[in-house]
Amino acid sequence: MKRKFILEGLGCANCAAKMEEAINKLDGVKEATVNFLTQKLVIVGEEERMPAIVQAAEKIVKNIEPDTTMKRA
Amino acid sequence: MKKQLWQIGIGTFLFFTALVIKPNPEWIKTVLYLISYSIVGGVVIKKAVKNIFRGKVFDENFLMAIATIGAMLINEYAEGIAVMLLYQVGELFQDYAVDKSRKSIAELMDIRPDYANVKRGDELVRVDPDEVKLGDVIIIKAGERVPLDGKVIAGSSMVDTSALTGESAPRAVEVGQEILSGCININGVITAEVIKDYEESTVSKILDLVENASNKKSHSERFITKFARYYTPIVVILAVFLAFVPPLLIEKATFSSSIYAALSFLVVSCPCALVISIPLTFFGGIGGASKRGVLVKGSNHLEALAKTEIVVFDKTGTLTKGVFNVQEVVPVGIAKEELLELVAYAESYSNHPISESLKRAYGKEIDNNLVTDAKELSGLGVRATVEGKRILAGNAKLMQEFSIPHFEENLIGTVVHVAVNDQYAGYVLIADEVKEDSAQAINELKEANIKQTVMLTGDNKDIAGKVAAQLGLDDVYTELLPSDKVEKVEKLLLQKSAKGKLAFVGDGLNDAPVLARADIGIAMGGLGSDAAIEAADVVIMTDEPSKIVTAMRIARKTLSIAKQNIIFAIGVKVGVLVLTALGVVTMWAAIFGDVGVTIIAILNSFRALNVSRL
Repeated sequence: MKRKFILEGLGCANCAAKMEEAINKLDGVKEATVNFLTQKLVIVGEEERMPAIVQAAEKIVKNIEPDTTMKRA
Repeated sequence: MKKQLWQIGIGTFLFFTALVIKPNPEWIKTVLYLISYSIVGGVVIKKAVKNIFRGKVFDENFLMAIATIGAMLINEYAEGIAVMLLYQVGELFQDYAVDKSRKSIAELMDIRPDYANVKRGDELVRVDPDEVKLGDVIIIKAGERVPLDGKVIAGSSMVDTSALTGESAPRAVEVGQEILSGCININGVITAEVIKDYEESTVSKILDLVENASNKKSHSERFITKFARYYTPIVVILAVFLAFVPPLLIEKATFSSSIYAALSFLVVSCPCALVISIPLTFFGGIGGASKRGVLVKGSNHLEALAKTEIVVFDKTGTLTKGVFNVQEVVPVGIAKEELLELVAYAESYSNHPISESLKRAYGKEIDNNLVTDAKELSGLGVRATVEGKRILAGNAKLMQEFSIPHFEENLIGTVVHVAVNDQYAGYVLIADEVKEDSAQAINELKEANIKQTVMLTGDNKDIAGKVAAQLGLDDVYTELLPSDKVEKVEKLLLQKSAKGKLAFVGDGLNDAPVLARADIGIAMGGLGSDAAIEAADVVIMTDEPSKIVTAMRIARKTLSIAKQNIIFAIGVKVGVLVLTALGVVTMWAAIFGDVGVTIIAILNSFRALNVSRL
């Protein structure tokens, strides 16, 4: 399944790349893309693991860029 | 941003004041420096401290804090403040550039309809397009954007489709026709029945495609990702070496100067310039193309488009209009109008495309009572009696069958010979017309250094051969079944160079296997055709083959900008690193190598958005 998020306050392109890399490594994620320009995060992953994936992704985002908040799009 | 500007302004003023004055006592100067520093760099230091508590030690803020405080500790106040100032100005510029690029992207996406006027009973309700259901009746007033795909049930108007097709000429819509979301209604009031949900409507499909296109990464972007993965750790390791090795080996080297050089290294260690500007370049190219009515479904496809060597065309519907029309009426012994009338009547019972085109060319109502004894002669034509005259209309074989001497020259298209009471009365030539810009498209492709242009068709050799010659194609393969087309494309794929690409251009309706087999599948006439949009990598929204050349030019420009940025950014960064290591330049250069390069690269990638003249 596919989930879209808006990353508000995403200000650093390299951080976006780091987030993408880290989220892609999460269990159950098929593909994750962070688009620095549109400030969007798209996660494609297994449905039953989605809640855990989203939680982990949120943690990753906060960790890499503390001022960024992840919102459902 | 305004606050930052003030801080920089006041800080700079204090800094220059301190620089110029020769106060007595001397410490006033130092105090001025310190105030200036805290105004300009306070934010940076605050962030650095915060991040250290969060476990992020080596971020940019920390580096700047250490470097500038370090400089001031060795009494280089001016240097410390200047570096901080430069960094802040750079950051400000960078934020501005990113902001600007986000805005121009948003502008590009500004074809989203904001609301729909839905008829609920007698009332007109303004709702979000998302909330409109299939079968709802919507009203689009002059100047409004069509919110969902619909079918006109009342009213007529001119609509501006430029947001979807790049075409500036407005189109007329009438009752019974479909209108596509994203168009702007120019004058009349249109009432329409919604035939697609918002999610399925043209405008949201296009937006979705363009927005997600940049998620399919090009080689350049993959290269950047890889580069970033190695670049930063390597520079950090080099910085550590630079900090500790020279003082141990070289007598004159001091720890303070080598640590300062190492900090400069760390400043240049962010690959930001590349990570921002390359995706921005591709986004710009894809967005610019969509403004011109060309949808490119991924950065990878844009890249492939730039490297195209062979372009293979389908004939019908791609290079030709795919509509049969009367091209010529050549009467023998009777009037032109009479010939057309007789043949239209004789063929009036048939619904073959040829008869349809005859009826269309005749253009008047057909009185069926005037036609008797109409009989279709399979493979030959028709025989009928029209107003007492015995009419034969059909191919050359039919004329031979009845031993009627007829015109025998070879013509491009289908010839309908006509005999009245067994007397030859002339012929009507019907053909699929070549599109206005087909020849120009082929010509421009050649000018754009496309090595080979090929046409594939199921049509017969005579007709297709002449079309190919007329258009100046390099090669033509005729009488092909759909499966033969795949085979031919596979053979042609072997003829290109290792890096070159082959593009297949079709109408997207029945050539899905070939579109899939080619390196790039281009579908024409995508406006309103979901099948074409689904099947292809690149969709030309209009029917113009010349847009293929436009798409290639956009692709090449985009790719060259991406290359410039890669070479420029890596070149400057490596240059700054080398000069810093040699002690030729100080942290000023490092800041240029970081934010300066980023700003220049972003500004350069803006050029990809500007494709209006390609």
